[in-house]
Amino acid sequence: MKKGQGVPRGLWIKCERCGAILYHKEATANLHVCPKCDYHFRMSAHQRLDSLFDGGRYKTLFNRIRSADPLEFTDSKPYRDRIKIYQKKVGPQDAVVVGQGEIDRSQTIVAAMEYAFMGGSMGSAVGEKIALAGERCLDRRLPLVIVACSGGARMQEGILSLMQMAKISAVLARMREKRLPFISVLTDPTTGGVTASFAMQGDLNIAEPASLIGFAGPRVIEQTIRQTLPEGFQRSEFLLEHGMLDRIVHRHELKSTLATCLGYFR
Amino acid sequence: MAITTHPFLETIEKLRVEILELEASQVGSSEVSPELEAARNQLDAEITKVYSNLSRWETCLLARHPDRPYTLAYIHDIFTDFTEMHGDRRFADDPALVAGFARFDGEPIAIIGHQKGRDTAEKVRRNFGMPRPEGYRKALRIMKLAVRFKRPIITFIDTPGAYPGIDAEERGQAEAIADNLIEMARLPVPIIVVITGEGGSGGALALGLGDRVLMLEHAVYSVISPEGCAAILWKDQSRAEEAAQALKLTSETLKEFGVIDEILTEPHGGAHMDPGAMSSTIEAGIRRHLRQLKKLRPEAMISRRYKKFRSMGVAADR
Ligand SMILES: [Zn+2]
Repeated sequence: MKKGQGVPRGLWIKCERCGAILYHKEATANLHVCPKCDYHFRMSAHQRLDSLFDGGRYKTLFNRIRSADPLEFTDSKPYRDRIKIYQKKVGPQDAVVVGQGEIDRSQTIVAAMEYAFMGGSMGSAVGEKIALAGERCLDRRLPLVIVACSGGARMQEGILSLMQMAKISAVLARMREKRLPFISVLTDPTTGGVTASFAMQGDLNIAEPASLIGFAGPRVIEQTIRQTLPEGFQRSEFLLEHGMLDRIVHRHELKSTLATCLGYFR
Repeated sequence: MAITTHPFLETIEKLRVEILELEASQVGSSEVSPELEAARNQLDAEITKVYSNLSRWETCLLARHPDRPYTLAYIHDIFTDFTEMHGDRRFADDPALVAGFARFDGEPIAIIGHQKGRDTAEKVRRNFGMPRPEGYRKALRIMKLAVRFKRPIITFIDTPGAYPGIDAEERGQAEAIADNLIEMARLPVPIIVVITGEGGSGGALALGLGDRVLMLEHAVYSVISPEGCAAILWKDQSRAEEAAQALKLTSETLKEFGVIDEILTEPHGGAHMDPGAMSSTIEAGIRRHLRQLKKLRPEAMISRRYKKFRSMGVAADR
């Protein structure tokens, strides 16, 4: 398992928001939250799963699923090579890691997205793993939590990445019908096709503070309307105010909030 | 008639104008003049030559041709008794997306589609076919009404994408699209999707989760516009041509990927060369698929729809 991806490696790290210099260990112990200003550093998928399951114990599922290159896509380098580089750098599991374990002593499946793997982008592998996670929930009557952290669909898989939105939606629709709870956790950033599908389909949608959440990226909007965006636009607090989120939850409270909420629907 | 300035269409567009002028000068005459006939033959030959070798980018340009028929034109040709319904009952009506009920072979049916504008004023009013959240919510409202009265649903897709604006984000563009997807997955009535022009990303998919997905020959369907893709991958919008090639967004490839079920052949030169013929082809396609779908019980139909979308994508399992 890879550790420490959320916070730059080394003994010391600098908070991106307040500039405080922190011990790496201190940040890790604090769930990668700045003790001075509460800035939430980005977490890796494994750090996320460690933080949510009881005692950090869980088994990972569907680890054999990998990205393929159905379009034989090449930009500055072939997509095929790009995948290999990320597999070496980040881990073989593409942009989502699915874990099963207990949250407050109840079996739960959590799919945590991995931003370090191509910006958490959703291609067929991500779609397949999340779909399998949902189907396992259906089989075993388990609740599902997806922690989104993604720039959206993976362009290098073209239309097939768009279709993952439909695929996952179809699985989640089945869970809804079978009255199995799904909680969506939106973290910084959650944009594009991920927001326009499962991230906004939770029975509850919960976000970490100050996360960028939206459909169109801020740069695209600025180019379209030719004006700068207001402060705080597309941040969690903005979405809560506009009725798109149930709650904003501090990372320290996330596990207990999930346990409480899943309890309402069990 | 609108004339484009794309180099690959240069001769074709010139001939279209010439033919139109000749036709106008010969109104009332019962015979076709030799010049007109020669021009028509020349146009046919030129189209055969150019279209046998279209690049994917050129197909994009055809899908966006300013004379291409839009949803309301198809509705007019294919259905009877169309009544448009407005509004999402939440905030506003979105003219970029039309919805309503009509009859098809005498039977009531729900219709939803993106709508682009023809002249500048209408283009602006219809926001170039880019819906805001209200559009998707209106669509879902009509779809749910269709379910209550057991009416099939036909959707027409032709949009550059969902509108990337401040207001659209404020009112939950992502949530509106996401909600359509999760609801359409389980609606117990037949849903036939027809991609007529531009199938732009999530804004297209929000009407795209159906039992059958039909696509016009020169339409495109993509996760991102070639311009957007080029801007991100090469930091250069002008490399859209390469991006279009790489994205494989044309009907033939999408059929191979199993993303669409059937390609609807366009008239010689494209839908805009003979809109009436295009409507007839779409009409026949809808009729054929609707007949098959009506034989299925709702549970069987939903379960097939599930399998269809569940199987999409290509991942390795090692
Ligand atoms: Zn700080």
